Amino acid sequence: MIGIEHYVVVSSILFVLGVLGIFLNRKNIIVILMAIELILLAVNINLVAFSAFLGDLTGQIFAMFVLTVAAGEAAIGLAILVIYFRSRGTIAVDDVNRMKG
Amino acid sequence: MIQAFAFYLFAALVIASGALTILARNPVHSVLWLIVSFFNAAGLMVIIGAEFIAMLLIIVYVGAVAVLFLFVVMMLDIDFAELRASFMKNFPLGIAIALVLLAELVLGVGAYRAGAMDLGTPVGDAAPLLGESNIESIGALLYGKYLFLFESAGIILLVAMIGAIVLTHRGARAVRGQQNIARQNARKPSEATVNTRPEVGQGVQL
Repeated sequence: MIGIEHYVVVSSILFVLGVLGIFLNRKNIIVILMAIELILLAVNINLVAFSAFLGDLTGQIFAMFVLTVAAGEAAIGLAILVIYFRSRGTIAVDDVNRMKG
Repeated sequence: MIQAFAFYLFAALVIASGALTILARNPVHSVLWLIVSFFNAAGLMVIIGAEFIAMLLIIVYVGAVAVLFLFVVMMLDIDFAELRASFMKNFPLGIAIALVLLAELVLGVGAYRAGAMDLGTPVGDAAPLLGESNIESIGALLYGKYLFLFESAGIILLVAMIGAIVLTHRGARAVRGQQNIARQNARKPSEATVNTRPEVGQGVQL
């Protein structure tokens, strides 16, 4: 029978895939943003699974807020990406040294 | 039985498409695999009775976020082969960190199986309403107990929208042949036409 452990395992594998994606595609910031979306998806699966497991809808409400923040983050991140590409002509993360940080 | 089959189908597809998202050579393919991954995650949520979040996932992610990614990937003219070059170099480090994380997560699940810590039980004021659908229960909670959090989520989206517009807006550029009404109104008959008698071969001053 399918239990809470199955859901936790699926979401943890998805989370690890997201982290792996950040490390594997260190130069391509678009794929890094997609990997962050995967991580947030894993978090959402976890929240919804525990919400169903505990019979408490708070988890689903919080999954909605995570969704909100993920959408805002994607919009701002891609906007920054577009203006960066306009001024530099590349999106390689290694070349981001304009602020000399 | 059918639930277990559906779970394993959705779970296998969500993991496979998640892996292909980060491994695909072409970012357009990555976005498409991300969409498949979101669809199957929505399926996973449907089979435990969270229909509202599942539909929201499809509307928000597939309808907005994934299309936004697709736009940006296709709009920017980027040499992705060059960005790809560091893939093999980062492979050992990435795998090592992923394995450490996975080991930690497995340890966490194992510790949970050995006997969960008792952090208290749900108060019960957020329990699903008896005999109502998932969306009605969520609506009652969202517009009741979590009203202010819900409104602040709206403000976050507003700020994100304004921020994205301000960042990418280029301002009104001067278009060739554009009408300048102030200059047009300031013209007087005295300076509009002049009568000249130029010498041959001299040309005229305009």
